[in-house]
Amino acid sequence: MERQTCFHCGDNCGQNVLEFDGKSFCCNGCKTVYEILSENDLTCYYDLQSSPGAIPKEIHGKYDFLAEESIVDKLIEFNDGKTQITTLYIPHIHCSSCIWILENLNKLNPQILSSQVNFGKKTVRITYHTKDFSLKEAVLLLSSIGYEPYISLDDFNTGKQHIDRSLIYKLAIAGFAFGNVMFLSFPEYFDLSANRTGVSEFWLEQYKPLFRWLMFAFSLPVVFYAAQDYFISAYKGLRAKLLNIDVPIALGITVLFIRSTVDISFNLGSGFFDSLTGLIFFLLIGKFFQQKTYSFLSFERDYKSYFPIAVTKISGKHKETSIQVHNIKKGDRLLIRNEELIPVDGILIKGNADIDYSFVTGESETVGKQSGDKLFAGGKQTSGSIEMEAINSVEQSYLTQLWSNDVFNKNKEAGFTSLTNAVSKYFTITILGIAVIGASYWLAVDSSKAINVFTSILIVACPCAIALSAPFTYGNLLRIFGKLKFYVKNSSVIEQLASVNTIIFDKTGTITSNKKRRATYEGETLTALEEALLKNTLRSSNHPLSRTLYDILKANDIVTLHHFEEHLGQGIEASHNNNNIKVGSASFVGHSQDTSTLNTTVHVSTNNTYKGKFTFFNSYRKGVSKLFNTLKKHYDLAILSGDNQGELENLRKLLPAKTKLLFNQKPEDKLEYIKYHQTEGAKVLMIGDGLNDAGALAQSDVGIAISENINVFTPACDAILDASKFNLLNKFVKASKSAMSIVKWSFVLSLIYNCIGLYFAITGRLAPVTAAILMPLSSISIVVFTTFATNILGRKLNQYDKSHVLKSQ
Amino acid sequence: MSVIYILLSISVIVAVIFFIAFLVAVKSGQYDDSYTPSIRMLFEDELKKEQTKPSKTNKID
Repeated sequence: MERQTCFHCGDNCGQNVLEFDGKSFCCNGCKTVYEILSENDLTCYYDLQSSPGAIPKEIHGKYDFLAEESIVDKLIEFNDGKTQITTLYIPHIHCSSCIWILENLNKLNPQILSSQVNFGKKTVRITYHTKDFSLKEAVLLLSSIGYEPYISLDDFNTGKQHIDRSLIYKLAIAGFAFGNVMFLSFPEYFDLSANRTGVSEFWLEQYKPLFRWLMFAFSLPVVFYAAQDYFISAYKGLRAKLLNIDVPIALGITVLFIRSTVDISFNLGSGFFDSLTGLIFFLLIGKFFQQKTYSFLSFERDYKSYFPIAVTKISGKHKETSIQVHNIKKGDRLLIRNEELIPVDGILIKGNADIDYSFVTGESETVGKQSGDKLFAGGKQTSGSIEMEAINSVEQSYLTQLWSNDVFNKNKEAGFTSLTNAVSKYFTITILGIAVIGASYWLAVDSSKAINVFTSILIVACPCAIALSAPFTYGNLLRIFGKLKFYVKNSSVIEQLASVNTIIFDKTGTITSNKKRRATYEGETLTALEEALLKNTLRSSNHPLSRTLYDILKANDIVTLHHFEEHLGQGIEASHNNNNIKVGSASFVGHSQDTSTLNTTVHVSTNNTYKGKFTFFNSYRKGVSKLFNTLKKHYDLAILSGDNQGELENLRKLLPAKTKLLFNQKPEDKLEYIKYHQTEGAKVLMIGDGLNDAGALAQSDVGIAISENINVFTPACDAILDASKFNLLNKFVKASKSAMSIVKWSFVLSLIYNCIGLYFAITGRLAPVTAAILMPLSSISIVVFTTFATNILGRKLNQYDKSHVLKSQ
Repeated sequence: MSVIYILLSISVIVAVIFFIAFLVAVKSGQYDDSYTPSIRMLFEDELKKEQTKPSKTNKID
């Protein structure tokens, strides 16, 4: 049979193909979206990209909370009573069709005035009339065409976002002033008659002060606004008794400015205004380049980014009201619908709970709960609606309590001395020493030149090139890593990564894959007939375990079942031609003795006789064993798992012998374990994925979150690694180390320039034009060197990645 | 020779005008999203096609 794919979403249509308008659809949802779009002449959506859509989800009652004024107020940016503006995050935005349809929302509802997509951030900004329309209807409209927005507790707290653009302003001012000052200083540099005879041209002599004071005026905003970060940082460093790199820079800027002002005031020379503005301009470019932001990623997420804003509270006699999550009190009765998240710890009162804790633990298996059982916050209900009673407020829940730990308020960068700052300490002392020695020599020989030499040394030694080495090296490496799907938060993480000596992994979801699983069968061999029946029974079930088992079993003839019943949280029962089959938990299939295994099992019985069980094992990511064997040579390795010891034997076989394996680790245990090793001097790299690793990721020196889909939730971390590049981890650490040596080499290069400059300065012959040539030359050659070297590094990484992909194919 | 005053002030004023224009552009958020406009530009043909056969909803506007 020909495989048909859905015209709207591109999924395989399977058995039940819906035909409409000569196109095939996989479900009613997709068909409805097509109908809506074709009614409104928007079928262009399908021309730009084939099957760009998503299946619209059932959202009945989910957005009722948007009728509450107090919640809506927090979500809209602008409101004048008639029009409102709101920005919604839509995870599905992925192609040009998405942009097109979302920017033509006004064709679907005339109350929408305009909508604008930010593709990088995956947001759409909607302006609409409030007459006969509301935020709730906008959300429902988006959901009806498969673009369901994602509204979380995070939106509630941030409200209007403030974008910091001060660095662009500073860069613009410095660049503007640098260009103008350079042109204004050219007349004096190119005044050839002055160089020959010592007397400059008449007109220039007359207008010299004008040019000079104009340059002075241009440099004022540069020194006092654009360069203020360097002064602030130097001041902070000195107060903390640290000679960071900003100290010699701030000193250089101050000396340049004062010396130049004195020079032009007393007509001693043209001043160094071009070097001054150029220096600050180059430094700011370095700062700008170092900032690589991934607008579609967030490194700061905590539980709030995926907790709902509001849930339904049941009060009195089945009266349903929306209540803000922060206002939930102990004893409140809550209604959790299918696919909704449990926001607080509580006790199940009514309904069959089948909870997916994958956000919390990384484990995709759902957990069945009966009424009276305790439910923990962070789980997602997956079958029907349930009623529960809260036993804690949100902040006091088991999971959210983790965030009250001090680790989350600590600034990791603050306690870390970068290579540049370490070098700067010696550099500053040396330069001050040279300046003092040089000045005292001239004091003895020719005292009129002493001040000149002293200031010249401080000007020419201003470590612009040193300060640029690290930003350009790390900045470029950040971009190279980004292309290989390793997203690093900032450049100091690269330096930290290079110094790591202990690597700790989480198990579930980190070294195991969520997508692939293995299962083995134990028990009586199933007959061909039974196997066919089993397969067909599983086919009808949507339970994740059924789906996995179905994929594992070999294909069989498709038969129509005569009877099929799914018992939520227990198993499935089906019959065909007098043969009956039960698949599910041990008690459900009538197998009394519960076996001692710790792994997930599915039991099978046919015609009321017990047959056997399927035991599921984690499937480890490709290359885990190889990666561990390469890493073991240089690092201490450990695995911290929140799970039980079921996989102990498997891991022993797979991993090098000296890898430490710890099981049954609670989130706090993981954090404490890392803390303990850090007090013993270890530099820890933690690799995890779920919310339960959040504490460990924050505590470690470098925390990397592994993600199968970088658009979905990742806990707060220093870097996010796409799961498909897991085997490259070793190479990324190695590349960070190479980057460190590139920085060291460029330090050597810039010191050579400094020596040349010092020669001019000490001999008292530093002319403004010499400084104006030397300073940009050293900066540019550093930029060229670091960019070139890191690109070679990047090419090596790319080649390795490509050869790896080819091998695995 | 005083013409140099006029020339200098004109050149500085022109430069400052462009500089302020840049700051205003940054402030208005023009540089916040540098990717979407490059795609949006390609849709302009499709949009025109829609407008030649206006639906009822467009007339109300």
